[in-house]
Amino acid sequence: MNIEITFETITFAIFGVLTLAGGIGVVTTRNLIHAALYLIVSLFGVAGIFILLAAPFLAAIQVLVYIGAIAILIIFGVMLTRGMTHLPERFNRQGGLAAVVVIGGFVVLLVGVILPVWGPNGAVAAEAQPIFMTTRDLGIALVDKEQFVLPFEVASVLLTAAMVGAIAIARDDESRD
Amino acid sequence: MVALSEFAPIGAMLLLAIVVGLLLLFISRILGPNKPTERKSAPYESGMKPIGPGTRRLPVRFYLIAVLFILFDIEVIFFLPWAVVFRKLGLFALVEMFIFIIILLVGYFYAWRKGALEWE
Amino acid sequence: MVGCISDLSACLIDAGIGPGLAGFLETLVGTLIVTLLPLTLVIILVWIERKYSARVQDRVGPNRVGPFGLLQPAADAVKMITKEDITPAGADRIVYNIAPILSALSVILIWAVIPFSPVHIGVDLSIGVLYFFAVGSVGALAVMLGGWSSNNKYALLGAFRVVAQLISYEVPNILAALMPVMIAGTLSMQGLVHAQAGMWFAISLPLSALLFFISSIAEVGRTPFDLLEAESEIVAGFNIEYSGMKFGLFMAGEFLHVLTIAILTAVIFFGGWLGPGVQEVPALGWLWLAIKSTILYLLALHMRSTLPRVRIDQLMSFNWKFLVPLSLVNIIVVAFLFKLVQELGLTPAADETTNIIANLPQTFILLLGNLAIIGGVLVYLRGLGREQRLANEMAAAVDEDVEHHPHHDEEVAAAAVAD
Repeated sequence: MNIEITFETITFAIFGVLTLAGGIGVVTTRNLIHAALYLIVSLFGVAGIFILLAAPFLAAIQVLVYIGAIAILIIFGVMLTRGMTHLPERFNRQGGLAAVVVIGGFVVLLVGVILPVWGPNGAVAAEAQPIFMTTRDLGIALVDKEQFVLPFEVASVLLTAAMVGAIAIARDDESRD
Repeated sequence: MVALSEFAPIGAMLLLAIVVGLLLLFISRILGPNKPTERKSAPYESGMKPIGPGTRRLPVRFYLIAVLFILFDIEVIFFLPWAVVFRKLGLFALVEMFIFIIILLVGYFYAWRKGALEWE
Repeated sequence: MVGCISDLSACLIDAGIGPGLAGFLETLVGTLIVTLLPLTLVIILVWIERKYSARVQDRVGPNRVGPFGLLQPAADAVKMITKEDITPAGADRIVYNIAPILSALSVILIWAVIPFSPVHIGVDLSIGVLYFFAVGSVGALAVMLGGWSSNNKYALLGAFRVVAQLISYEVPNILAALMPVMIAGTLSMQGLVHAQAGMWFAISLPLSALLFFISSIAEVGRTPFDLLEAESEIVAGFNIEYSGMKFGLFMAGEFLHVLTIAILTAVIFFGGWLGPGVQEVPALGWLWLAIKSTILYLLALHMRSTLPRVRIDQLMSFNWKFLVPLSLVNIIVVAFLFKLVQELGLTPAADETTNIIANLPQTFILLLGNLAIIGGVLVYLRGLGREQRLANEMAAAVDEDVEHHPHHDEEVAAAAVAD
């Protein structure tokens, strides 16, 4: 039991470090393509954490959609711009202030999440029960009248809207050329 | 944990494959000559001196293809859990999926009519 | 001995090794086999591929190094590893080195979920099908990185085109694999094989099998979709700057990928390791899977050495205007028919899923639906082709009237004769 827990903890530490290091890389690098690559590292770390949470379906989707599709879209997007791959100077000089605000917000959030579990006086609340969702449960939840059927159908409208929007933007650009 | 023990061999495989790959590159670095010259390390352009920078802006159609791909990718991901439980679902689920596909097809035919699927 | 092949850990425990260590050893050996088997196979694959295309083109192929030239790929490997590794000036060194490893990785990792026999599989993940699509999609990223980091505009342009091709054909690829998942009711690779015990999906869903195979060939970037290389026309695509072993890794990944998609097609549509005698001797599964995937592999090789190459605009419209809508129609029809079969009570009973007779009604209805779609598509294409031919002839005739060019006369006459 002990060995298992440490193995899991080590894995969590590795993926956690990957996620954070990737995130830090994204905001500190000057090269936009490198930023996209750091983002991929970060997303890969998140996929690992999904596996630790016993959600392999989400992990696979994280890789398929975020690394295999969104990252490519971002790289394409960067390549559309002129000379943005080697930024000579900083455009944004409020990085320090932004960092303080974000870290402050994160601490507030973290306290909000941890306090109910540990309690303000150090009393440990009842341990949260693990919920196991399989792909099967997900499929049923998507089409069950009682559960998520409406969001599911609305998602298709959203996707269609995104497609129309993308075409409108891209086509417009071309006619102006 | 179930998932972790399931994925541990894959993690091991990942590490092993990376090690083998690095090893191959390392061996080739040792065995192969390494005498870079200016001529040799110039980007290849059929023997001519390269003209202009190596990175260029890309046409917008690539971006459009990527957007189309993401939309269909996400659509497929909604299909997958549905397909897994399709056996056990009633007629309602079938109709629902048809509605989902039809709404998406509206966007698809819009893209077709607007010429977003053309590669000019 | 035979017992050891099907269950290594039990065999080790018999030999007096503790169960914990035995389990660990089994995992270790399994991981080593699954990782190193594809790497060794590549060497043989290169020989088969060169010899096969040579024979198709009425050449002899490699025949100098070793018997039948069998040692040629080994000689090639030695040559590649001792070549100078040139990094172009201005290249992004780290990314430039990561890309070839990532490319080979994305193929090798797929082997983790391939079921070789009822008892031999790297890991029988509950999300097996999704896993190999996820891992495969990383290959596009490797191409992108390789092309961008080379600091060569042709490498970059080549990479863009390849990535556009890879991501486009991923859509019909996944949509085609959806049908077996729907009927088997699972994403696990072993589950898919077991679901075919009564009837192969290739027979009940021939259209899905065809769509899967075609889009997989495009994913690998083989003829007729080999725009990334076009080795007979241009120097190279995204990997133009790569030399030595890094180029070797890209090539190894590509050669291996062809076999991998053949195996995946065999597993998802042709019953994988299923065959006579597998229940008694599980290790026979290796043989059946090898036979099935070799046939599909040779088919891919034959396509490579005989088919001409398409243009990029044809490549894209073939995917977005033909394969994607066809896959969607396929899903609608098969889902409807399968529900119909279920409502009519024609699905095989739970205890009869392995019985071929019990599977016949369901197979027949699904097959009929598939054939109806294929027939409809063929009739539509015929009409479309005729329309275009007529339009071309009209245009030619108009040209003729306007220009009174003597050559056009001959052409129209020749066309009329040909018709």
